[in-house]
Amino acid sequence: MKHDFDLAAVLQGEYAELIVKGIETTLQLALFAWLLAMALALLLVTVRLTGNKLADRLVAGYVSYHRNVPTLVQLMLWYFGVPTLLSESTQLWLANYSTEYLFSVIALGLCQAAYFCEDIRSGLRAIPAGQTEASRALGLGYVRSMCYVILPQGVRNCLPSLINHTVLLFKNTSLAMAIGVVELTYATREVENYTFRTFESYLVATVFYLVFSLLLMGLGALLARRFNKALAR
Amino acid sequence: MFDLFSIVQNNWTLFLIGQYPHGPLGGLASTLILAALALLLAFPFGLLLALARVSPWKGLRWTATVWVYVLRGIPLLMVIFWTYFLVPLLIGHNITGFVTMLCTLVIYQSAYLCEIIRGGIQALPAGQYEASRALGLGYLRTTIWVILPQALYNALPSLISQFISIIKETSLGYVINVQEVTFAANQVNNQLLTKPFQVFFILAIIYYLLCFGLTHLAGWVERRIARKRLGNGGPAVAADPLLAIDN
Repeated sequence: MKHDFDLAAVLQGEYAELIVKGIETTLQLALFAWLLAMALALLLVTVRLTGNKLADRLVAGYVSYHRNVPTLVQLMLWYFGVPTLLSESTQLWLANYSTEYLFSVIALGLCQAAYFCEDIRSGLRAIPAGQTEASRALGLGYVRSMCYVILPQGVRNCLPSLINHTVLLFKNTSLAMAIGVVELTYATREVENYTFRTFESYLVATVFYLVFSLLLMGLGALLARRFNKALAR
Repeated sequence: MFDLFSIVQNNWTLFLIGQYPHGPLGGLASTLILAALALLLAFPFGLLLALARVSPWKGLRWTATVWVYVLRGIPLLMVIFWTYFLVPLLIGHNITGFVTMLCTLVIYQSAYLCEIIRGGIQALPAGQYEASRALGLGYLRTTIWVILPQALYNALPSLISQFISIIKETSLGYVINVQEVTFAANQVNNQLLTKPFQVFFILAIIYYLLCFGLTHLAGWVERRIARKRLGNGGPAVAADPLLAIDN
């Protein structure tokens, strides 16, 4: 089968528009899910740090559920399942909006919160207890010893895995296509359906995903170096 | 709550083995076979890639590194579509969804397994390599008889966690209509229509029990290895923090 390579065919007019729109949605999805995940993760870590047995168990269950069930299944449960639990009027009201976007942000965010929570917790746990004791003995209060002594070290400890899971979140946004969100992967499929230029359209999407992932990894490495330098001073 | 039991009672064969014997094998059985085959077939590729990444030859190292970074930088869904499109072109005839998914997972996981095995190799003290070279073993023999047995043994817990990731990744086969447990759940959902939450909740429970059990197995193996190594006074496992498993 002969296939004349023509990248311009998928990068013009309405197809380019579709792809750009897809990229926008992908990035937005990643950003909102990340914010939700980080906020929730900080909350969960705080709950675990309080040392309440029941709360600790609950958070552990939350993390375990989200790590052991495929993200795609979580998405399906949210998108197909959860609306049916709501009241009739709420369902009718929801039907006016494109709920797939909302639910994919929620599902991806909640899922990633479990990973972030574990990253931050293990980062904090790696700090020897002597650090807290020493800073308290030096007269710093709880908040100050947290802000000036524990957190700076904790952030440095968990930065690599946080970056990795951010990349994972970015890649996972592609799963949202399964519930009909028109993000980059979905848009690519559309362009392919219209133009029959499979190779070119997949190439564009692949290159975008790859470049952005590598960018995130590079940024992470840069940040890590910054932190190490700041601490070495 | 009652719904859950009646759905399971009426559809348990579909969840377990799909439409078999009246159709292709599907359901949980298919998921497990797919995941096990993927791990088995991806392992040799991962091993070769890992050896390439730590080899003394620059060209080889570079190629393997590019392979790993490209696959780690793109979503699995993208790899699925590439395989779906390219493999039939390359071999000249169509392949089933199951084989497409298997090829995809082998390609994708070769990169992740490579990083795990490389982590195992690099966690070994350099003295092991030097000592075996000093004893007169060549590069190949050193690798086969001294480095790999230790490295793979140390990497065993990570390999089990990778199996968990693969099980979770098989769910993406749903997108290209592979008969596995997520597909089966969607079939059940399409029959019932009114109980999506219950159906997908059952699906989530199935995955949870499976993966949770395997997580505990990985933990047990890890503790056992740590205990054994304590006796030998060997090095601690250096978990590669740059390796994000799970999907």
